[in-house]
Amino acid sequence: MQVTSPVRDPLVTGGKTYKDVTNDIARHVEGKPTVGWLLGLAVSLGALLIGSLALVATLWEGIGMWGLNKTVGWAWDITNFVWWVGIGHAGTLISAVLLLFRQKWRTSINRAAEAMTIFAVICAALFPLIHMGRPWIGAIWALPLPNTYGSLWVNFNSPLLWDVFAISTYFSVSLVFWYIGLIPDFATIRDRAIGLRKTIYGALSFGWDGAAKTWMHYESVSLILAGLATPLVLSVHTIVSFDFATSVIPGWHTTIFPPYFVAGAIFSGFAMVLTLMIVTRKVFKLEDYITIGHIELMNIVIIITGSIVGIAYITEFFMAWYSGVAAEQYAFVNRMFGPYWWAYWSMMTCNVISPQLFWFKKIRTSIAATFILSLVVNIGMWFERFVIIVTSLHRDFLPSSWVMFYPTITDVGVYLFTFGFFFTAFLLFAKFFPVINMAEVKAVLKSSSEKKIN
Amino acid sequence: MKENKKTYWKGLEQLTNDPEFVKHADQEFPGFTSKKNQSEDGGSSRRDFLKMMGFSVAAASLAACEAPVRKAIPYVNKPVDINPSVPNYYASTFASGGDYASIVVKTREGRPIKIDGNSLSPITQGGTNAIVEASVLSLYDKARLTGPQINGQPAEWPALDAELGSKLASAGSIKIVSNTILSPSTDRAIRQFAERYGDVELVTYDPISNYGITRASETYYGSRTLPSYHFDKAKVIASFGADFLGSWISPIEFARQYSKGRKISKESPEMSRHFQFESNLSLTGANADYRTPLAPSQSGLAVLSLYNMIAGKAGAGSAGGANLDVLHLSRAADELWANRGNSLVVSGSNDPNVQVIIHAINELLGNTGSTVDFQNPVYFRKGDDQRMNQLVSELNSGSVGAVIFYNCNPVYDFGGGQALADGIAKAKVSVATSEVKNETASLVQYLAPDHHYLESWNDFRPKKGLYSLAQPTITPLFNTRQAQESFLKWAGNSNSYYDFIREDWQALHGGLGEGSDFQSFWDNCLHDGVYQASEAEGMEGEEETVSAAGDISAAVAAIGKRYQAQGSGSELVIYAKVGIGSGTFANNPWLHEMPDPISKATWDNYLTVSQKWASDNGLQMKEGATQMANVSANGVSFTVPILVQPGQAEGTFGLALGYGRTAAGRVADGLGVNAYALLNSSNGYVSYDVTEGVSVSLSGESYRIAQTQTHQTYMGRNFVIQEATLGEYKEDASAGRYHPEIYKDGEFVKPSKISLWSGHKYSMHHWGLAIDMNSCIGCAACTVACQVENNVAVVGKEEVLNRREMAWIRIDRYYSSPETADSYKELEEAADNPEVTFQPMMCQHCNNAPCETVCPVVATTHSSEGLNQMTYNRCIGTRYCANNCPYKVRRFNWFKYHDNKDFAGVNTAQNDDLGKMVLNPDVTVRARGVMEKCSMCVQRIQAGKLTAKREKREVKDGDINVACAVACPTEALVFGDMNDSNSKVSKMLKIEENSMEAIKEVNEERAYHVLEEINVSPNVWYFTKIRNKDKNEA
Repeated sequence: MQVTSPVRDPLVTGGKTYKDVTNDIARHVEGKPTVGWLLGLAVSLGALLIGSLALVATLWEGIGMWGLNKTVGWAWDITNFVWWVGIGHAGTLISAVLLLFRQKWRTSINRAAEAMTIFAVICAALFPLIHMGRPWIGAIWALPLPNTYGSLWVNFNSPLLWDVFAISTYFSVSLVFWYIGLIPDFATIRDRAIGLRKTIYGALSFGWDGAAKTWMHYESVSLILAGLATPLVLSVHTIVSFDFATSVIPGWHTTIFPPYFVAGAIFSGFAMVLTLMIVTRKVFKLEDYITIGHIELMNIVIIITGSIVGIAYITEFFMAWYSGVAAEQYAFVNRMFGPYWWAYWSMMTCNVISPQLFWFKKIRTSIAATFILSLVVNIGMWFERFVIIVTSLHRDFLPSSWVMFYPTITDVGVYLFTFGFFFTAFLLFAKFFPVINMAEVKAVLKSSSEKKIN
Repeated sequence: MKENKKTYWKGLEQLTNDPEFVKHADQEFPGFTSKKNQSEDGGSSRRDFLKMMGFSVAAASLAACEAPVRKAIPYVNKPVDINPSVPNYYASTFASGGDYASIVVKTREGRPIKIDGNSLSPITQGGTNAIVEASVLSLYDKARLTGPQINGQPAEWPALDAELGSKLASAGSIKIVSNTILSPSTDRAIRQFAERYGDVELVTYDPISNYGITRASETYYGSRTLPSYHFDKAKVIASFGADFLGSWISPIEFARQYSKGRKISKESPEMSRHFQFESNLSLTGANADYRTPLAPSQSGLAVLSLYNMIAGKAGAGSAGGANLDVLHLSRAADELWANRGNSLVVSGSNDPNVQVIIHAINELLGNTGSTVDFQNPVYFRKGDDQRMNQLVSELNSGSVGAVIFYNCNPVYDFGGGQALADGIAKAKVSVATSEVKNETASLVQYLAPDHHYLESWNDFRPKKGLYSLAQPTITPLFNTRQAQESFLKWAGNSNSYYDFIREDWQALHGGLGEGSDFQSFWDNCLHDGVYQASEAEGMEGEEETVSAAGDISAAVAAIGKRYQAQGSGSELVIYAKVGIGSGTFANNPWLHEMPDPISKATWDNYLTVSQKWASDNGLQMKEGATQMANVSANGVSFTVPILVQPGQAEGTFGLALGYGRTAAGRVADGLGVNAYALLNSSNGYVSYDVTEGVSVSLSGESYRIAQTQTHQTYMGRNFVIQEATLGEYKEDASAGRYHPEIYKDGEFVKPSKISLWSGHKYSMHHWGLAIDMNSCIGCAACTVACQVENNVAVVGKEEVLNRREMAWIRIDRYYSSPETADSYKELEEAADNPEVTFQPMMCQHCNNAPCETVCPVVATTHSSEGLNQMTYNRCIGTRYCANNCPYKVRRFNWFKYHDNKDFAGVNTAQNDDLGKMVLNPDVTVRARGVMEKCSMCVQRIQAGKLTAKREKREVKDGDINVACAVACPTEALVFGDMNDSNSKVSKMLKIEENSMEAIKEVNEERAYHVLEEINVSPNVWYFTKIRNKDKNEA
């Protein structure tokens, strides 16, 4: 480990010892579920159950259960998809990019962030699957599988196909990365456990023996995976943005989309991590591991990415004006002043204006303010996708086809389903898996822990 | 551990060392040996077990699947003319309520599935309209009667004939009520019936009456004739409320003529000028060059003013009456006068006095004999409103012994319907021959249902000297009997109607004195569907016409009394919609789903109000959301939804006929209100205008009208609509064209010069479509034709409200914005009296198709002949293609529309077993979750190519035509091979010869691509809209 200047703020407070770290984190896995956790799980399962009614209705009756129409062929489905994928960006960014940059503060948040990524990507992947008219064959035909239909392949020109590759790669790498990180901690729990629990965690820890060689392998795999995952952070949302950028629809056909989408994704991902971490640290009393310092650093990332997104919004308008293309200009004026003006201004307020509050140190170090703003940012980012998808489509080239889009209860239900799934999965994770990477925190404990004042 | 030396036996066999046991001791399952294996290796292996299990599971699951019951039965003896999958075409005739069209019926395996126009007919000239196109579905209507009934109980024909025969004999006075009968043989059959029973009278009325004209002819010329009109010969047309392109007398014929007078090219840049003075924005008004909104209470005076102006020019004396200052009226007078002999004035009014003045104007202008032809009268409307009114009172007084309703429904579609309904009960005997137990038929004692017209023989004489035939195209589906045969039967003549018609035609043939034998004459007529008698007199019953002009002073005086210079401010104009018409065919979901050409509304009857009225009353219509109105007029009160209609004359309201059916069938029943109840015939004619005592108020109840287009204007987007005036066009043939240019490498170039793609090459055919927006009148015949041809699903009102109609071709209707509009908000509003542009829009079959690149599974691809094709089986329904379609022509199957009880009530053609007979077997009925769109009738292209191949020749231009173009009464759509330099489409577009490139050099100045600047390079070309006016408004 490299030397850290003593003037840096400590990353772990409370003068924790290695034993403290293990006890603080493993006790949630080992103890009985708390009432709060049970309540949370009940609410999540409830949402999952109600949402699944909408999901079943969609699959049984058809996509007509949603509010889509002849002009607006995508709305909440792809909005939710892009939104969840965006959220799923923070985990890999924190674990991979920050690992490569040797940012030690990542150690106490990366586990939860990665778990969030996995669950968010699963939620996201649901939408491309169920938004298909015929998912029962679409799920297979969208893959380049050898077949007996002559030499019938997928269309490699289609950005949707790129999505299939991008999302599945991202999901696989994130999953492996996350799991490998979990192995030493599973071993820790295994060693403390007895009975059935020991068997289960023993199996999960893949026979981890804690030998120096094992640690060496672990470090190399982490580094390699980080190297592999880093381009994915950029590529996934770039490719998602291609769904729109390669089209001809005014408001979609924009070359600025890739960086703008990536920035937006990190922006929303960090906001979601903050939302979850603030709750987790409170519930699990992990204030010493997830400190105000962590929160402040993340808020700074939010200011930066939020500002990038803001600049992108303004650039789009400039380009529309500068292009001299009437349909393009109308598309952007329509965003601001058309029938969906409220969605546009919600987006602007939530995404561009509200994160600027983090310039004030008081706000960015306030837990409550951060929590609220993190929610606001995620609402704003949902509206961003809605604005891009729906307001561009609902009034495109031929005014004869201009329509409005109104969501149905089924649209809402399917969205609720993903929330139900996400929180159910996250709660199960928080209970049964160590929410903080004990091994990595211990690695930085010596250099970055607050010294105990006796 | 202590060594264990105990031996455990598996059983007594082991202890005794039984040889059988020793033999199988090493096997796991010694007990399960199969007989077969016993001889070989002495046991069953795990593989056998797996095989057995696999088989059992497969067998069990197969047995669980129910095998579908297939009802296809092969021919034992194949009929000579019927080859599976090869269509047969039969010429026939559509006639209903005086509406007439000569048609060709396409049958497949003995089922009529499509109706095309008959190009041999000098009247309809191959054109059709929406109602004619859709009428094939009415053959397969479940509401049809399946056999005769007596007092509501099913009966047998002999019983009915016997009972009815004696009753009729003792009934005394017998009245036969009918709509206009165009058939000479039917006339003769009724005469035979009359001879048998003595006191028989035929009373004719028409749901959409033109009694005013025939009555005026009687007054003015002394003969009750309806002249033929020649809109093609007219250089100036002035119409006072006559919707001659939509619903007036013979719209298919007039549309064809009208478009002829308005086709322009650089070589002959002349077109007619059309003035329209009307209250509702009609289809005709939408096509007019100058349209003036006019209240009905003023219309008589406006006609009179025109008479006076023209009389002034002619040196004849003014007829008096108030001279009304009507916008464009004096200009119309000037131009009519300047083109006298080649102009035409018509009026849609049913007031005989107004029509007298119209006759007089045409007389003054010298149009009689050229554009108004009394020498060749038409027989489309023989209805006598006055006589019909008398009949109603006679019935109510009980003086009528028997009343027979011959294929008409006056209880529903006559103004005095309610009184008539009461009267029917007072007749001793009442009979109806309707196919459906409609409002009238459900009140009579005897139902003798007629065949559907596609099951019938018949003949027609629509015009003097012109005959046409109808022949059955299918064996009667039900136990029905041709009405004429019923009449003959009741008259004691047991001849079949077929023989009866032939008798008439034998007489016709004999009278013509032609050399050929009758059979070949008959066969020829039947083959062609029409017969034009050259000079000679045809069958009996043709009237001579007269030319002596009469006196107009009485008419002038009557007009002076009946009309005012100032409208009452609240007047109701009742009109017929293009799709629903009189409502006779209302039980047809295709017609309800067809958006009205003007309002773009489906499935509804609504009150049209002016924009001013709407803003005065604080009503804003957005996305079809509106309010209900309480309306009372002529003593009738009802509530209807309001539709804000730009172009509606201030102080007037419009309401359509044809709705409010109560016994038409499940599709039409209960839709809208019945406007016939508002018709008043107290002046001796059925008046479609209610000029006094109309009150309209908002009820506050909100409502949504299902419109397929809710945005009215084209937002000044010249990349969508390109238009110019005739004057500009004469100076510059590319007037109105928008030429986008893109900056590249230091210069501006056409968008087609820059492309990512290497481009297609079409070595054989390159199909293309040219659409002349100057010819398209927006009548929507093409949309219904496409629906029939391509098995397009009907989705019903709810789904249209959800903006999910499935139409493959739509007609975009754009209003002009107010002249002063300069912001987006203002551009969104339509002008109060807008210019209207119609733009048929279907898949543009782009050469650089945006849909093709984005489909992840290559379900939409480009053909080697320039078509953009859909592979339904491959489609997984991501809808990316539809999103990326700049023309928004792709349609998604949001639900399963076929065999789904949720859609059974509206999508009858794909749900009930009878309705399914209409489906085109060459076109797949699409499954839920797949995308669909215009295929450019690829099945027709394929059939045409195969025919050519079988005949060992090349495909000729005209061999193949798409359904929309075939249906078009104005030839606005021209389809053909752009690789063939002799094809009509190539000539229209002036395409450079022998180019196999996808991107053709088109030299026609008017031709343009919609959205040229995005360079998707469509194979559909539009021709600029040219208006014959001084300047365009916005």
